[in-house]
Amino acid sequence: MRAPRPAHPPRTPSPGLRRARPGAAGHTALRMPAAGRGRAEPGLPRQRESRAPRRLPAHPAAPPAAARPAALALVILLSFASRFHRLAEPPHVCWDETHFGKMGSYYINRTFFFDVHPPLGKMLIGLAGYLSGYDGTFPFQKPGDRYEQHNYVGMRGFCAFLGSCLVPLAYLTVLELSKSLPAALLTAFILIFDTGCITLSQYILLDPILMFFLMGAVLSMVKCNSCADRPFSASWWFWMSLTGVNLAGAMGVKFVGLFVVLLVGLNTMYDLWDLLGNLSLSLVMFGKHLLARVLCLILLPLALYTAMFAVHFTVLNKSGPGDGFFSSAFQSQLIGNNLHNISVPEHVAYGSVVTMKNLRMAGGYLHSHWHLYPEGIGARQQQVTAYLHKDLNNLWIIKKHDSDTADPSDPSIPVEFVRHGDIIRLEHKETSRNLHSHQHEAPLTRKHFQVTAYGINGTGDSNDFWRIEVVGRQAGKLIRVLRGQVRLTHVATGCMLGSSGKILPKWGWEQLEVTCTPYLKETPNSLWNFEDHINPKLPNISLDVLKPSFAEILLESHMVMIQGNTALKPKDNEVTSKPWHWPINYQGLRFSGVNETDYRVYLLGNPVIWWLNLVTIGLYLLITVSAAVALKRGVQLTSELKDLSRVVLRGGGQIMLGWLLHYLPFFMMGRVLYFHHYFPAMLFSSMLTGITWDTLLKFCAMFLSPSATARKVYGAGFLALVLLIIYSFYLFHPLSYGIIGPMASDPSSPMAGLRWMDSWEF
Amino acid sequence: MLGFLKEPVVVTVEINMNVMVLTLMGLISRLWGLSYPRAVVFDEVYYGQFVSLYMKRIFFVDDSGPPFGHMLLALGGYLGGFDGNFLWNRIGAEYSMNVPVWSLRLLPALAGALCVPLAYQILVELQFSHCAALGAALLILLENSLITQSRFMLLESVLIFFILLAVLSYLKFYNLKKHSSFSGSWWFWLLLTGVACSCAVGVKYMGLFTYILLLTTAGLHFWHVIGDQNLSNVSLMCHFLARGLALIIIPVAMYVSFFYVHLTLLYRSGPHDQIMTSAFQASLEGGLARITQGQPLEVAYGSQVTLRNVLGKPMQCWLHSHTNTYPIRYENGRGSSHQQQVTCYPFKDVNNWWIVKDPGMQQLVVSNPPRPVRHGHIVQLVHGITTRYLNTHDVAAPLSPHSQEVSCYIDYNISMPAQNLWRVEIVNRESDTDVWKTILSEVRFVHVNTSAVLKLSGASLPEWGYRQLEVVGEKLSKGYHQSMVWNVEEHRYGKSLEQKEREVELHSPTQMDISKNLSFMAKFTELQWKILTLKNEDTEHKYSSSALDWITMDTNIAYWLHPTSSAQIHLLGNVVTWASANVAALIYTCLSLWYLIRRRRKIYDIPEDAWQLWVSAGGICLGGWAVNYLPFFGMEKTLFLYHYLPALTFQILLIPIVLQHISDHLCRSVLLKSMFTALIVAWFSSVYFVYCTFSPVTYGEPSLSVTELKDLRWKDSWNILIRKQ
Repeated sequence: MRAPRPAHPPRTPSPGLRRARPGAAGHTALRMPAAGRGRAEPGLPRQRESRAPRRLPAHPAAPPAAARPAALALVILLSFASRFHRLAEPPHVCWDETHFGKMGSYYINRTFFFDVHPPLGKMLIGLAGYLSGYDGTFPFQKPGDRYEQHNYVGMRGFCAFLGSCLVPLAYLTVLELSKSLPAALLTAFILIFDTGCITLSQYILLDPILMFFLMGAVLSMVKCNSCADRPFSASWWFWMSLTGVNLAGAMGVKFVGLFVVLLVGLNTMYDLWDLLGNLSLSLVMFGKHLLARVLCLILLPLALYTAMFAVHFTVLNKSGPGDGFFSSAFQSQLIGNNLHNISVPEHVAYGSVVTMKNLRMAGGYLHSHWHLYPEGIGARQQQVTAYLHKDLNNLWIIKKHDSDTADPSDPSIPVEFVRHGDIIRLEHKETSRNLHSHQHEAPLTRKHFQVTAYGINGTGDSNDFWRIEVVGRQAGKLIRVLRGQVRLTHVATGCMLGSSGKILPKWGWEQLEVTCTPYLKETPNSLWNFEDHINPKLPNISLDVLKPSFAEILLESHMVMIQGNTALKPKDNEVTSKPWHWPINYQGLRFSGVNETDYRVYLLGNPVIWWLNLVTIGLYLLITVSAAVALKRGVQLTSELKDLSRVVLRGGGQIMLGWLLHYLPFFMMGRVLYFHHYFPAMLFSSMLTGITWDTLLKFCAMFLSPSATARKVYGAGFLALVLLIIYSFYLFHPLSYGIIGPMASDPSSPMAGLRWMDSWEF
Repeated sequence: MLGFLKEPVVVTVEINMNVMVLTLMGLISRLWGLSYPRAVVFDEVYYGQFVSLYMKRIFFVDDSGPPFGHMLLALGGYLGGFDGNFLWNRIGAEYSMNVPVWSLRLLPALAGALCVPLAYQILVELQFSHCAALGAALLILLENSLITQSRFMLLESVLIFFILLAVLSYLKFYNLKKHSSFSGSWWFWLLLTGVACSCAVGVKYMGLFTYILLLTTAGLHFWHVIGDQNLSNVSLMCHFLARGLALIIIPVAMYVSFFYVHLTLLYRSGPHDQIMTSAFQASLEGGLARITQGQPLEVAYGSQVTLRNVLGKPMQCWLHSHTNTYPIRYENGRGSSHQQQVTCYPFKDVNNWWIVKDPGMQQLVVSNPPRPVRHGHIVQLVHGITTRYLNTHDVAAPLSPHSQEVSCYIDYNISMPAQNLWRVEIVNRESDTDVWKTILSEVRFVHVNTSAVLKLSGASLPEWGYRQLEVVGEKLSKGYHQSMVWNVEEHRYGKSLEQKEREVELHSPTQMDISKNLSFMAKFTELQWKILTLKNEDTEHKYSSSALDWITMDTNIAYWLHPTSSAQIHLLGNVVTWASANVAALIYTCLSLWYLIRRRRKIYDIPEDAWQLWVSAGGICLGGWAVNYLPFFGMEKTLFLYHYLPALTFQILLIPIVLQHISDHLCRSVLLKSMFTALIVAWFSSVYFVYCTFSPVTYGEPSLSVTELKDLRWKDSWNILIRKQ
């Protein structure tokens, strides 16, 4: 499959189109803007004309029975058309495609990598690429790189497909909750014509995949709720297990999926509570209900979630850029890693030559070199650091603290194993100095002690003595390579050897700081394991014996992911997106292009729609509170009003809860946040808008009681909203489909006069 | 008319001896030997410096919380006649004679002592028996950790006092309202709830959790009031407004008033000045105000100015340049323009002076009358000493390669023309024709050619840049950030036509007289914002702990050690109480769940009113524990055991509730009941025994021997200090 690509002049990559991520290399120089210009796309206006008339049949006055399938078909058609329009543009890497496209390639190449999100989304991208004929050779180095002959449309098409499915899913959900076709149509129009949703669905990103599963879970939950009157029927089982499957999918794409799990969990608890209060239901029946939910909503998702990790680890069996984030035992599983298939002596003995790896994520090896600490930084002795790469300077010899064991290769001396609680000396092999600490402050972490290498030819002083202990073992036990977690306590000062993870300045070759911490806390910073181990007198065993179990791998990868997520902290002088920016559409994200000559795509919600959503949330709260108070005060309502208030309180309540769950937690997150994090919440907000306005219009119509006027008022209101949405889309569509030409401040720009907020960058 | 004289005036005084005795015991336990040890104990070293600053009226910012708590401590110092002269630098340092130790520690100790009768009253108001109430009060009385924390110049006991007071007054209010809405006592207790809440929040932000709990409770109760259809809509509205006034408006007003007092008291400049903006600093006596007093207000063409970055992070600094140029090649091989360096320099220096020049005119002096610079005007900035123009161009900055290098332009004649026009954008303008004002205006400099914005990147340059801070032109300016905003700090109208004269002028101090005053609200918002956003980096501490350690008390804090003997003070709780409180919470949760599920199936184990009591008591006590404890799991600051004490207090209150419930409803036979009573007595004596055992490390005397100390180490994770012989 090959998409026709218009010839584009070479383009300069622009910084800022990509988010920082562990492992991603930053570029080093600002370039001069390229002299090329983008070309205007002639296809755009024609496309717009062809779609406008088709929208007209969506008039709410149509009879519902016949209208439903037609309406659904229309929604699907419009949704796919809007998402697939100009999908292949621009033919270069946009924004986070540099990460997720790259990760898709890793799956195709089966090289191991590390990412802060669970694997499902990237596996699906990889699969889509594989099926559509992408061979995994494109490097995805930075935003703006041109795809040339590589087939990227398959991956984008897959994301766009899932993104298009969002609209019918939301449509069906609202239809189910409100039983009102206009409400559902309004929701669908909002989502179809929102520039933000379109842009986010058109690129190789995790968000369309996440939102697809999320909406899938919500729809199946709602469907399952309405099957409640015939429990254990086939459709009941179907929708409930589908909920479980979608939950696993959402969790498997990003941890944000947890929020929808919470939503479904709360719904289920409410449901069960209801059943429990139903005295006509025997306890046995209740037990069956409970078991069915445990099975479909807990066990099934867990099994699927575990299975996708199993696939992930099976597919990625080659050593790659993610190795360093994982423990030594894990690395031994990867083909091409230097720990793969090697054999070492199992227990550490005196005279062994070892390397020690810090257990902190990306912790590095204990390292020393001939260079001294500079003047004014502690004692002027030899530096000890943590170094991320394999090197001869990482080798240390384990010696007894009191006697200098003679040549370890001398066969006449019997092997003596190091035991838990022994006092040892570590001699640096290259420089023959001992690992040493004393009460000078460490170079960066001022409250810790400095660690140096000291002495000549292995003779130092009593500050070279360290007590070696294994976590969770008793005194006298042997110490295993790779899996034994070891701490080294300095005998004289009682501090523990650790790596602070801070990067030393140039004098320390930008390696990591090693200190001796007086705070005796058990953190990975102060734990080490032996990785390489050379002792000719001991028999080698294969590392397969130490192979970690699947459960251990699963646990470890989650720990690493969580650490990676919390490590994404904003810096002081960085402008970051704040959660309160999002609902007001304060600022978007540049997907592609910065300058006037670039093909620019800017992720920004259709402001009319977003502000309508925002107003609607306030409106909804007002309506809910008045309805609830009226009911509580015992006001007599007509049956129609009761129906309306039930829809608003029950259906709207569920959606509102979804919005809150997908939005509020971001206020408490310490990590770097981006505008696109709001989109799951935006889906809920749009559904709420559909339900609320439908209710409001019905209420107004009821107020002006003569039925003919009521119809007209209702119809006119609905039509006005839809036309408003479509017109605003007509104004803002270049944001998604590409702007070429001068910036909005220039009157000749296609976006002239549309930069309603100073913070928008187009 | 004088009918009331017909009756004799009778005053009936009802004294609850329980409360009296409990108060007395509380006072004895908390105030006994209060001025011992006469040395700085633990965090007194931290709070003490603020007390000293209050005494000297010197301004400070403390990011740990709002100022009300500090003010209370300072009140103690004020009453004791403290002059503020003490160097708070080391835990264990002996107090000098001028420090009124007793009165400094008095207020927290009083607050701690009053918690005992408060606990009693709360249980009574929750409608539990006096016996249970007595038990709760005694448990609080004998809780070693609460005693330790109360006896020093620390804020937790004050916080707990206000929290309990708020809970008690709300309960009083709630129990009253059925009979007498809008009566005097109804208003009194309602208002007291609000006041106590705002005091609690004013002492520490932790008080917010209890405030939210009470607001939620009040909301739930009000929901029932709405359902009461005997109430007219008007009186319902009155109820609503009264609650809103007392529970929201008054607390907020009081909170702001704490800051008002704080800012009124502290009018002198001091060590934390640099954190604040220039405008704030100029409003303090001394410091910057001494320099800036009498500067001309409006910046005009020809003005000589220093430009301070508004962010103030990593440190305050001023736009600076010096004759050194950027190195031709950086260490990593990238090239530079080799033009004159522009940096941000954290010290006052003559090289921080810049002259605002009109691009269309040659002269560098202010014309008469001065032509003010307005928002949107285009200016050149001339470095005063080197007379080079501030310039930026499409060359990568030394440390932030995504941004443009900023330099002072040197014409090397290499087809790289000067690009030195900057548009002045006043960020906090009121209209688009605002004049650029000294100190008050926050200004962005937008480069005319490239629309880059002058920004402090925060990185510090290597040796060649003398470790000064890097200044860049940010091309992708994403909205507002303080690092891109600058304000004029020092300012004078330039008069010298010749460069030599001008250099002399630049070296001379500015003078003239105009004072600039900030409104209180502006100062309040700025200070509040600074308190909330100021972050202490890297606060690892020997006795810090994680929230999970607290339930089981796996950690302690050594507060003080006698310089010679082994007398010492630890924050260490009463083990039996802690364990029982956990068990009580567990029993409460399980029993409630059991009842709840059974009630759902229409099986009622206990009478309805007992169930209501059980739920409301649990809501307050278990809820209080949860809101004061669980949030710590999400916090990223350094945590200590004492953060748990408010939660613990609530958990302790739960013990007698559970005990009474078990004895009333679960012990069905008389025999069981008496056995249970015996058990309680035995358990209570063990509480007392543990209190006595640990009182030497609670009160710091007597000094124990090494073996006795070792015997006290009931848990391996406790860190009890043993001197090496």
